[in-house]
Order: sequence, then structure tokens, then C-alpha cells
Amino acid sequence: MARLAAMLVKEFTQMRRDRLTFGMMLGIPLMQLVLFGFVINADPKHLATGVVLADRGPQARTVLHAICNSGYFDFVRLLENEAEAEAVLLGGEVQFVVNIPANFSRDLLRGERPALLVEADATDPAATGNALNTLRVLAEKALEHDLKGPLAALGGSDGPIELRIHPRYNPEAITQYNIIPGLMGVILTMTMILITGLAITRERERGTMENLLSMPTRPLEVLIGKIIPYILIGYIQVAVILAAGYYLFGVPIAGSVSLLLIAAFVFIVANLAMGITFSTIARNQLQAMQMAFFVFLPSILLSGFMFPFRGMPVWAQYLGEILPLTHFLRLVRGIMLKGIGVTEVMQGLWPIGLFGVVALAIAAKRFRRTLD
Amino acid sequence: MSVTAAIDVRGMTKRFGRLTAVDHIDLEVQAGEICGFLGPNGSGKTTFIRMLCGLLRADAGSGTCLGYDVIRESEQIKRRVGYMTQRFSFYEDLSIEENLDFVARMYAIPDRRNAVAASLERLGLAGRRSQLAGTLSGGWKQRLALAACMIHEPKLLLLDEPTAGVDPKARRDFWEEIHQLAAAGLTCLIATHYMDEAERCHRLAYIGYGKLLTQGTVSEVVAQANLTTWEVTGPRLMDLAQRLRSVPGVRQAVPFGNALHVSGDDAALLDRNTQPFRVAPYTWQSAESSLEDVFIHLMDPLSDNARA
Ligand SMILES: Nc1ncnc2c1ncn2[C@@H]1O[C@H](COP(=O)(O)OP(=O)(O)OP(=O)(O)O)[C@@H](O)[C@H]1O
Ligand SMILES: [Mg+2]
Repeated sequence: MARLAAMLVKEFTQMRRDRLTFGMMLGIPLMQLVLFGFVINADPKHLATGVVLADRGPQARTVLHAICNSGYFDFVRLLENEAEAEAVLLGGEVQFVVNIPANFSRDLLRGERPALLVEADATDPAATGNALNTLRVLAEKALEHDLKGPLAALGGSDGPIELRIHPRYNPEAITQYNIIPGLMGVILTMTMILITGLAITRERERGTMENLLSMPTRPLEVLIGKIIPYILIGYIQVAVILAAGYYLFGVPIAGSVSLLLIAAFVFIVANLAMGITFSTIARNQLQAMQMAFFVFLPSILLSGFMFPFRGMPVWAQYLGEILPLTHFLRLVRGIMLKGIGVTEVMQGLWPIGLFGVVALAIAAKRFRRTLD
Repeated sequence: MSVTAAIDVRGMTKRFGRLTAVDHIDLEVQAGEICGFLGPNGSGKTTFIRMLCGLLRADAGSGTCLGYDVIRESEQIKRRVGYMTQRFSFYEDLSIEENLDFVARMYAIPDRRNAVAASLERLGLAGRRSQLAGTLSGGWKQRLALAACMIHEPKLLLLDEPTAGVDPKARRDFWEEIHQLAAAGLTCLIATHYMDEAERCHRLAYIGYGKLLTQGTVSEVVAQANLTTWEVTGPRLMDLAQRLRSVPGVRQAVPFGNALHVSGDDAALLDRNTQPFRVAPYTWQSAESSLEDVFIHLMDPLSDNARA
């Protein structure tokens, strides 16, 4: 009993000394509550949609209104033609493109069942599923009001218009196609942040820091020296996931592998830099690990890995945009599933690079050359 | 200010919160000199040494170390100084050789391979070069650290209790080497708690409560203390010591082997007040004050130094 008491007293005293750990114990559940309670939405609405409007007749307008009123589609861009539609879909700027072909109204009134073409970025089947289901119902009901009286016959048994949905990039809606490339980003985030997060705190804890600092070293030399070895580890992980995804799960690689490796490099370095920044702030390894955990949670939940990014409230999307994982997921899914090229990759890559540079700058600034 | 001073600092001060760990210490050590750095536990030795090599920012103070500004040019100083930490601070998961190699690279030693090999040879560890440093015995760790901080042939050695836990033979070898290097111009500042080591230094600096209390050669330090010591032999010396300690004028009464050293800083008072005890079966003999007598006297909370 006395010995148990001894242990308890010691543990409580040590717990009290480590304020940060205590704070995290409260902070992490709070964060989870907020994220799961307010942010996660498995039925994403207001998805960015582009419109190619080749017919401006009243019926075309009615159809568009109906689509908009469903709440699932937000028209954000009016597109000139198919080529532009293709580009914004590829770049991930919109989730859908609604294409109203020329003579839509005329053909409708003639009872020729004009086509309403909807292209969807289906890389994440969860993001588009409900919206597309709604669309099927809409197409039939939308014109009920317009087609009354003598025109009612046009409603026919097949419906007045022909809805053509093209789920692009992942037409069979295979979840693995979306998850596996995403997993690459998640795994890199977890391991890379943690591995450098412990790097400097470990030197401090083991007392080797005093020796290291007594030698003629510059902060950047120490920091970069601690980052480079793990870039290699990161690449090994990328290779394993890529191979497993391709051979085991049949995930296609539509784009260029070397482009993927370049994107992965920037992403790995950004995460390592973030880890090393934590390492310069935390006082011990436990604190560094908790800081890493504090980033994992939002990274997994807000990045679009588990839940559709566009389903989150706007403020959460802004938060998500800060995270390197959010951008990397778009890149890796874009390269593997959509086959995006250099231009699109660069657009998504610079925020990751910027994040890395800022993190490294903070680390270099925080890195104490002295023991006090 | 002398041109040949390897260390020449004034008013070095370091505070940790309300505690002033190092309080306006002036120290001058000439090139080629071995300076012993003494003081009780927590007196600020490690803190002072850390300030010299730029590991701690001084709160006040100025001066030079190897001719470089001790506050602003710590990068230059670090290149030329070998600092041995009090606590073992090499990589326990690297082998002896790998640790030495790491240090050699850090200092960009031109002929690294030979430097490491020579260092292993001198250390007498060539046969165990691939043993992990963490599995070395305490004394060997100490010797490894010592070898590592000398590998880049520094101009100044700052050694924080380099021989703690080292066996007598290795200690003697160490001091022999230090004296040889000093003769060739190397300067040493060595923190130690061993009296025999203090006596091997050219000069001593003694600090207490962060203040420099005394400095000089061994005989100067002893003379400055102005201590009178008697050596008493006889039976049941501990009882005698107990009684003597309450006598005014007696600063200390400590057993030394089979004798008791009784000392005080007022010779006349000591002489007068100890008269009643100078009876059979005790024999009293006037003795030289040893360095240890002096240091224990300096540590004594009743002495003026400590109260200052
Ligand atoms: N980082 C720190 N924070 C607060 N106080 C400190 C710190 N480092 C040292 N001190 C205090 O400064 C004083 C001097 O410590 P220092 O380690 O310099 O003593 P020392 O002379 O080397 O002792 P020893 O002989 O035991 O090695 C001590 O009271 C110590 O508690
Ligand atoms: Mg010390």
C-alpha cells in the first residue's frame, strides 16, 4: 500500500509539472468533439458546379433552377465550352459540370428528349453519390410545372429529357481508388512529423545537446541534417504504397510517376519541417508526440481524406487549406486518377512548399544555440 | 590586459530567475597555464564554463577567450575550444569510433581517419572501437569524452570534472598528458573536486555561491587563507573534535587519517583557547595548512567569504 501510494504521489507530481501534456489531454477530446460534431458531413451539399450553357431558352433556365434549388449544386462558373469544362474539372475547381446543349429548349418542346449532360469528378464517390441520385429525380420533376396542358404528353414515360451522367476518373466508384492514394498522404504525414518531432527533443533529453551545441554548428546545418535522412524513408513508403496500390488493389496511375515523386518530395520535406518545428518547441519527446497528434486529427478529418472536403463548413475548409495534406491529397489523387499534368500540379504544390519553408524558418528561429 | 591571456573575462554574471549562479567573476588565465577551478557543489563552476564557450548567454560581463569576444564571437571560440561536459553527452547508440568520427567531422579535421585512429590509440581503446559508447563503464565513458574533446587539437580545454570516476592510473596518465600539452602552449581550465588534482594545477580559482573567493598558486591560496593548523594525535579523537568545535577561534576540527586537524584564522585566539586541551594523552603539533583545510574553511558557512 505504501509503495503504491509512493508511485501515485510521484506520478501525480510529474503530471502536474508537465502542463502541456495536461492541456493536450483536455484539448484533444475537445477538438474531436468539434470536428466530429460540427465539421464532418457525410452528405455534402453546395458542391461547386460549372455550367456550359449553349441554350438560353426558358426551359433550360427552369432546369438549371431546379438543379440549383436541390441544394447540392452551387453554380460557380459559367463555362465557354467543353474544353474549358474539361480543364476546370481536371484542376479540381468544380465537382460537376452541367452541360445544356444547343437547342435544348427547342428540342424539348418538339418532344425530342434533349440530353442534359452532367460530368462529375467522381474520384471520391462519397462526395458525388447523393448529388447524382438527386439529379435523377430532378430531371423528371423539374419540368412538370412547365409542361402542363397540351405539352403534358412530352413528360411521357421516359421523362422529357435524357439525363446523361458521366462519372469521370473513377467511373465504377471504387472506394479504394480514392482511399489508397489518400493513404499515401496520411501515412507520410503521420510518420514524417513524428520522426523529426522527436529529433531535437531526444538530443535534449539524452543530454547530447550540450555537446552538439559546444561544437561549431549552425542551426540550419543541424536541422537540415536531421531532415535529409528521413526523406529517403519517406520515399520508401511512397514506393511501397504505390506498388501495393497498383498491383494489389489495381489503382490506376493515369499520370506521370515522376511528377508524383516530385510532389511527394515537397510534401515529405514540408512534413519533416513541421515535425522539426515541433521539436524545437516541445520540451521533451512526449510533448513533441502530442503536438504531432494535434496535427494528425485535423489532417485526417479536414483534409478530405475520410470525409468529402467540400461537405465541410467554409471555416473548416479554410482551416483545411492550411494543411499540407489537403493539397497533397488533391495532387496525388489528381495524378493517379485524373492524370493531371505539370500546370495543375504546380498549382497545388506551391502551398505545400510555402508551408515547408515557413515551418523551417520557424524552426531555425526557435532553435536555441544556447542551453538557456 | 595581457596579449597572451587565453581567458580574460570580467564581471561574468548568470542569473536563473532569482538565483545568481555566477556573480561578477573576473578570471584571467595565461596561455599554457593549467588553472584548477574549484568550489562546492552548486557554486557555479559548470555555469561559468558554459558561458565561456557560448552555451549560456551571460547576463553581464565582457572579455575575451583566445582573443575572441566572449559574448559575440562564440562561433570562433567554439572552433578552438575543447569542452568536456560534466554529464556524459556523447551518443550512447554510436560506437566509440563513430562518436570520435562524428566529432572529427564536426570540426572539419583535414586528416580525419588518422586523427580518429590516433585518438583511439592514445585512449587505449583501439581494440574496442566498435563497442557502443552506452555500454562503456563510467570511467571509460569519461575517458572517451576526454579523448573526443581533444581530437581537434584545441587551443583551450574547458574540462568539467574530467576525472570523476576515473581510476588512479588513468588519472595520472591524464595529468601527465595535460602537463605535456600545456608545455606546448595549451591552456586548461579544469573543474575538479579532487585536492590532489588541485595541487597539480599551476593556478587555482576557487568560487563559492557564484563569487570568486580566492585565486593564485597553491601556496598563494594557502597563504591568503591565513590559516593556522594544529595536528593532534591521541585516543578518541572524535570526542575531542566534538568538544573543540564549540571553542571560539576553532574554525574546524576534522579527522585526517589518525590525526585531527584543528585550524582557525586567528592564530592568537586559537592558541589561547586550545590551551586547556593540550594535555596528555594528546600531542599537539603545529602543521602546514593543507589545501583541503583551506577549502573546507572557505566552504564553512561561518567564514566571512561565504557570508559576503
Ligand atoms: N538551467 C538552470 N536553471 C536553474 N538553475 C540552474 C540551472 N543550471 C544551474 N542552475 C543553478 O545554478 C547553480 C550553479 O550550478 P552549477 O551547475 O554551475 O554548479 P557547479 O559548481 O558546477 O556544481 P557541481 O560541483 O555540483 O557540478 C546551482 O544552484 C544550480 O542549481
Ligand atoms: Mg558542475
